[in-house]
Amino acid sequence: MSAPTLDRRETAAVPDEAALQAHFDATIAADRRVEPRDWMPEAYRAGLVRQIAQHAHSEIIGMQPEGDWLLAAPSLRRKAVLLAKVQDEAGHGMYLYSAAETLGADRADLTDKLIEGRQKYSSIFNYPTLTYADCGVIGWLVDGAAICNQVPLCRSSYGPYARAMIRVCKEESFHQRQGYELLMTMMRGTDAQRAMVQDAVDRWWWPSLMMFGPPDDDSPNSAQSMAWGVKRHSNDELRQRYVDMSVPQAAALGVTLPDPELALDPETGRYRFGRIDWAEFKQVISGNGPCNAERVSRRRAARDDNAWVLEAATAYADKHAS
Amino acid sequence: MHEETVYDALDTAHGGEGQWAFGTGFDDPLAGVDTTVPDGVEPADLGAYCLMLGDDALVLCQRLTEWATRAPELEEEVAIANCGLDLLGQARLLLARAGSAGVLGRSRRHATDSIPDEDALAYFRDPDEFVHHHLVEADGGDFAQTMVRLLVASTFRLALFAQLRESRDPVLSAIAAKGVPELTYHRDHAARWVLRLGDGTSESHRRAQAGVEAVWPLLADLFTATEVETRLTAAGVAVDPAGVREEVRGVLTTVLERATLTVPAWPAERPSPGRAGEHTGELAPLLATLQGLAREHPAATW
Repeated sequence: MSAPTLDRRETAAVPDEAALQAHFDATIAADRRVEPRDWMPEAYRAGLVRQIAQHAHSEIIGMQPEGDWLLAAPSLRRKAVLLAKVQDEAGHGMYLYSAAETLGADRADLTDKLIEGRQKYSSIFNYPTLTYADCGVIGWLVDGAAICNQVPLCRSSYGPYARAMIRVCKEESFHQRQGYELLMTMMRGTDAQRAMVQDAVDRWWWPSLMMFGPPDDDSPNSAQSMAWGVKRHSNDELRQRYVDMSVPQAAALGVTLPDPELALDPETGRYRFGRIDWAEFKQVISGNGPCNAERVSRRRAARDDNAWVLEAATAYADKHAS
Repeated sequence: MHEETVYDALDTAHGGEGQWAFGTGFDDPLAGVDTTVPDGVEPADLGAYCLMLGDDALVLCQRLTEWATRAPELEEEVAIANCGLDLLGQARLLLARAGSAGVLGRSRRHATDSIPDEDALAYFRDPDEFVHHHLVEADGGDFAQTMVRLLVASTFRLALFAQLRESRDPVLSAIAAKGVPELTYHRDHAARWVLRLGDGTSESHRRAQAGVEAVWPLLADLFTATEVETRLTAAGVAVDPAGVREEVRGVLTTVLERATLTVPAWPAERPSPGRAGEHTGELAPLLATLQGLAREHPAATW
């Protein structure tokens, strides 16, 4: 991972930084991609590392809520679907950490930052999965919200991130369909299954709206991210798009979204919705959600309890290096 | 990339199934396959044999899956899930084959008609109806013991499946042909870890040797044919496990020696208690987790 760092130092030593900045600005203005060996402003690099790492952490922590049902999945087909999905999330984490590494970051260091609470992950994964319907609702709503957030990132100005997102979005889209298909099957099942689905929707709807981040007037990093072409749409714009897509899906499924204020605005053709509890969001994002401690402590245990395995692999590789 | 169309298709869920990558609902894993039992073969024997091989895969999958979100590295998360998915796929085919041969045990007393054979067998049999070896139900221990067990189990299963490709039952033969490359990967993956751990640090060596000592006694059960296996081997359908003993011993010895580990004395062989439905205390909690939700809702479809 030293190559990009060295390049950066060498180019930084070139006196004409203004010309480099002008070239970077022109790249962004022309909607071209910035690549790892290109000069880029430090703040652009740091912002991207922060965003990509947070995204990677979300994939890895996001394995846990559904992973908790792997051993108990109620049919062998569902077990296979869920195991493949959780495996995909590990894969997404790997691509994204790799994208961060093209910016000079290091996966182990980013993992340490996650475990030490110095970097965040999506607040949604701090809620518990209480029934099997949660696996379906996570696919439908949580992956659905993730897709709304992530599809525009396929056009992110940073090349490796944009390319990683194309594959991630394809797989997320598949997961969303699987989740929705589970819910449809359950809604055709017993009363107990239908009640499970409605209960899960009631618990996940509001947290899924929070996945788009704080409202635009309270989103400290958004403006710069948009200017740099890292982000393409504002939080509120994406949230509205998600609501508009989800309402007809809920109707097709036969569930009620838990918001009495949800209504179609005939003038705009968009859905008005109730006020999001941002106090809850702030509590969860700052570590006080129902499962924050559990999520991080399992990640810590995976690192610490198995440290001897990686030490052994390194020692073996050193011994057998020719 | 069309932003607006990524999941619009969900809305039209009630028309057609074109938007689902693999369709919806349960697909019989043996759909379109001729499941006629070959001449001269007792269907009950064939079904019992498929349960043995199926249960070995299902229970080992469950043990491997316990590592999900707890593995030493992300690459290992992916690898362990691969092994688990392969074994789960084998288990589904084998349990479905047992069902198609009419062997469902007492499972149908509890499972409703809407539940397919593979799930009736996986979720609605009691512990004494499971016929896997103790090797796969034993607690996995640490990562070293997990990899030693995977090495032993995949070496044994690969040796069986390689010969089973010649089975007179075309379904078993096809399942074996599909399984051989999968098991080759499992064995290779486990062997590489046993090498790294055995010949890594003093701590990893100590743990790998402890894993070998814990797993080795379980080899005792693998090589004595049951009566079913003996009859089916004579009929050209099954493989006599005694016939793969030397191959298994050879592979394990080679890997352990290269890993600088001590190969323990070969255990005194015995008929497998697991194949007779006799299990350790480890099985009941494993099955309680596996089966609990499905049993709570016996009329549900998932």
